[in-house]
Amino acid sequence: MRAAETLLRAGLSAALIDEAPLAGGQIYRQPPESLRRPARQLYGSEARKALALHESFSRLRTSIDYRPETLVWGAREKRLLLSGPAGNTELAFDKVILATGAMDRIVPVPGWTLPGVYSLGGAQVVLKGQACLIGKRPVFIGTGPLLYLVAYQYCKAGAEPAAIVDTSDFTAQIGALPRLLSQPATLLRGIWYNAALVARRVPVFRSAKPQKIEIRGRQLVVTFKRNGKSFEIGGDAVGMGWGLKPETQLAEILGCAFSFHAGSRWHLPRCDAMGRSSTEHVYIAGDASGIRGADAAEAAGELAAFAVLEDLGHTVPQTRRQRLLAHLARAERFRSGLERAFPYQVPELAGDTVLCRCENVTVEEVRAAISSWQISELNQLKALTRCGMGRCQGRLCGSAAMEVLAAETGVEISDVGSIRGQIPLKPLIGARFQRKAAP
Amino acid sequence: MYSPRFHSISENDRQKLTLLVDGVSVEAREGDTLLTALMRHDGWVRTHEFDAGSRAGFCAMGACQDCWVTLADGQRLRACTTPVRSGMAIVRKPAINV
Amino acid sequence: MQCDVCIIGGGLVGCSTALHLVRAGKSVVLVERDRIGAHASGANFGGVRRHGRNVLELPLSTRAFDIWRNMGTLVGNDCEFMPTGHLKIARSEAEMAVLEQWSSFGAEHGIPVVLHDRTSLRANFPWLNTSSFGASFCPGDGHANPRLAAPAFALRAGAEGAVVIQGDGATTVEDARDEFEVTLHSRRRIRAAVLVNAAGAWGRHFARYYGDEAPVEAVAPQMFVSEPVPYIIDAVLGMVTGGLYLRQIPRGNVIFGGGRGILDPNCHRSSPSDRVFAETVGLAGDLVPSLRDIAVIRSWTGVEGHCEDGLPILGPSPRRANLYHAFGFSGHGFQMAPAVGAVLSELIARGFSETDISALSPRRFTGAKSSILAESEI
Repeated sequence: MRAAETLLRAGLSAALIDEAPLAGGQIYRQPPESLRRPARQLYGSEARKALALHESFSRLRTSIDYRPETLVWGAREKRLLLSGPAGNTELAFDKVILATGAMDRIVPVPGWTLPGVYSLGGAQVVLKGQACLIGKRPVFIGTGPLLYLVAYQYCKAGAEPAAIVDTSDFTAQIGALPRLLSQPATLLRGIWYNAALVARRVPVFRSAKPQKIEIRGRQLVVTFKRNGKSFEIGGDAVGMGWGLKPETQLAEILGCAFSFHAGSRWHLPRCDAMGRSSTEHVYIAGDASGIRGADAAEAAGELAAFAVLEDLGHTVPQTRRQRLLAHLARAERFRSGLERAFPYQVPELAGDTVLCRCENVTVEEVRAAISSWQISELNQLKALTRCGMGRCQGRLCGSAAMEVLAAETGVEISDVGSIRGQIPLKPLIGARFQRKAAP
Repeated sequence: MYSPRFHSISENDRQKLTLLVDGVSVEAREGDTLLTALMRHDGWVRTHEFDAGSRAGFCAMGACQDCWVTLADGQRLRACTTPVRSGMAIVRKPAINV
Repeated sequence: MQCDVCIIGGGLVGCSTALHLVRAGKSVVLVERDRIGAHASGANFGGVRRHGRNVLELPLSTRAFDIWRNMGTLVGNDCEFMPTGHLKIARSEAEMAVLEQWSSFGAEHGIPVVLHDRTSLRANFPWLNTSSFGASFCPGDGHANPRLAAPAFALRAGAEGAVVIQGDGATTVEDARDEFEVTLHSRRRIRAAVLVNAAGAWGRHFARYYGDEAPVEAVAPQMFVSEPVPYIIDAVLGMVTGGLYLRQIPRGNVIFGGGRGILDPNCHRSSPSDRVFAETVGLAGDLVPSLRDIAVIRSWTGVEGHCEDGLPILGPSPRRANLYHAFGFSGHGFQMAPAVGAVLSELIARGFSETDISALSPRRFTGAKSSILAESEI
């Protein structure tokens, strides 16, 4: 949105394509008309930012080619392939800014496919977009700021989280403090969430090792180990997530070069500070090129638009440009702090863990295949085991599958590859391509 | 057996809608997604092709693709990104006890 | 490195040749630039059919038929081979005539087919559209998982003594006295008495070292897979006109192909075309109406060698002794490849094979233009 706004202000014509029915992205998501609530209730301390963003969007809405509920299912050179309310169409462009965001990173746990178990992002979407709780007594598992934020938001909405099961330890969080001080306001907000959770007596278990999730009667029971002791916590839902990982499939289809990012143990599209990718006409903004959060995304959106303008020969306001760059640099430092505070570590996964939930492939099956087929690369693993071959194209299992493959073969995580993005980027119904009516 | 999940925190005066789930009339409200309607009804969304258990989505944001459902006319929809419409008829296979 | 036979190309043809040769007592080094089965061998449709083939391929294809039925015994993995039968659809009387004519060729080679008119088509294959004119059904043909086949052969060959080198392709081939010297990208050198050129879409390049010309160009057939849906399509489908081929696996996914994707300028990689996507998905919904409702979850391509006359370049080089070509399978090598290995191994180890592949010889492009009919279907 910030990118679109900046481009329009400079007199360019722009289209905004969004899979969601209403603008706002995941963080500033707007619920449907019938579920409108006060911004304070929806976005908490970020209400002002949310309102500002929604307002500036409603101002530009009439001057932009806005296409909600539209999936970009592929791209070819300077054309995007769209599927939306208008059917399947194409959109030619000179420059494209990818603001495809991120989704939860998951460490699979036996039982994570059970009804009632959601990603942390999912738990948040259900709350913001549907005014629902995934449960009144949810158990939250994982690590990262979102773990505490979602728990806090659930408390505020009337839930009583049964526990927070954090797989990182507290010393890591203390050790990361110097870097986290690069964004004191954000750090303070984090501390505030934690304090609020303590005040509400939500039990927090750190250095926990989740073992399984089971259904017992109406309860979902989470078993985890901590300091060699086994714990069971029952609740009526589970939210889980280990930070976020960028949605990069479209960048891949557009030919952008990637490099391995050690901090997040993930392949990220290579971009300069302004968001220019390796493909001349492709720019990337926000979490799509590395997780820096919502504030940084606004800055990155504006910067990517500046990059587009510069490359088209326009002049951009230098002071503003410098300020945004400095903002992003701080966000980058904060991110590296977060990566230390909540390191993404995949523990030794139990053999019966479902790794790929689409194709129902277990860790055990994957390990056996790695050894019998002598697999050393992720797409080879996919071809031979179907892990990552299902409807979600490895969005959920890809990162854990990388870890399993690296651990099993001794190959560096940076060298096991990543699951190739393929068209359609999300499932597409055949009827959309039917030329004649059914007989 | 699965039990209803998702608790609404704003039972306002939203308009009521009726959909059919496995032949049973189910009440939902304007603005609900199919995922929300199914979860509030009986807590599951679909049987899985390769897993004995049932599924109820996971990401709720159109990424995991684990909540696709079939309408009585054969149409396939992703429950978490589809708003309920009055008269929608969803056909699931029987739930599997766990 | 010294060996009896060096094979360039780790596709199904090369891997099958490697296995058969080690079993014939030869020392074998197979070199693959990318990964085993990375290109056409792993990315093809997975059709295992004799039905509708050019008659010149039938001796080889018939032999392959027997190998496929015993794949589990041969390589320790059945490669998910399913002998569902193959149904070839005619949309008009003229197309039906083509099928009728082929049924007599088939009979001569011991391949019985059943012809269906519109009524019996509906009775036997109720999931098909109602607009097809008729079809021919070949029992025993079927489909397999192409992602498994080449790796299964390579793994078996490796276990039995072949040296399988991946990620290190041949860059040049030279004569070294009466042997071949193959230099790899890593500068490793392999000396071999016999060289097998199984380099697929890139086979033409190696053939040229010895002046063997073959009109083979790289193409990238495009494939698709749907989400899993209840298993109803219990035969592999093809069409007289080509254009679409389709199968369903018992897990439920419908796999289909048709049209060609986009090749990179260097013909090294390829990617799906969105235009072909729209056309082929539309065609699939025309042929099996229930497919209109379901989601396509992925499309892919693989680079393969397509020969001008639609037939493979298979047999000894006309110009260089101890050089064998086996490439340019033109989109229908998957079924035959297991037999290609068997035949080449016989030619190399014993000097003769009972399977007649003379019509596929590279010799056909050295002199007069051949009058072989091109085959339409992949």
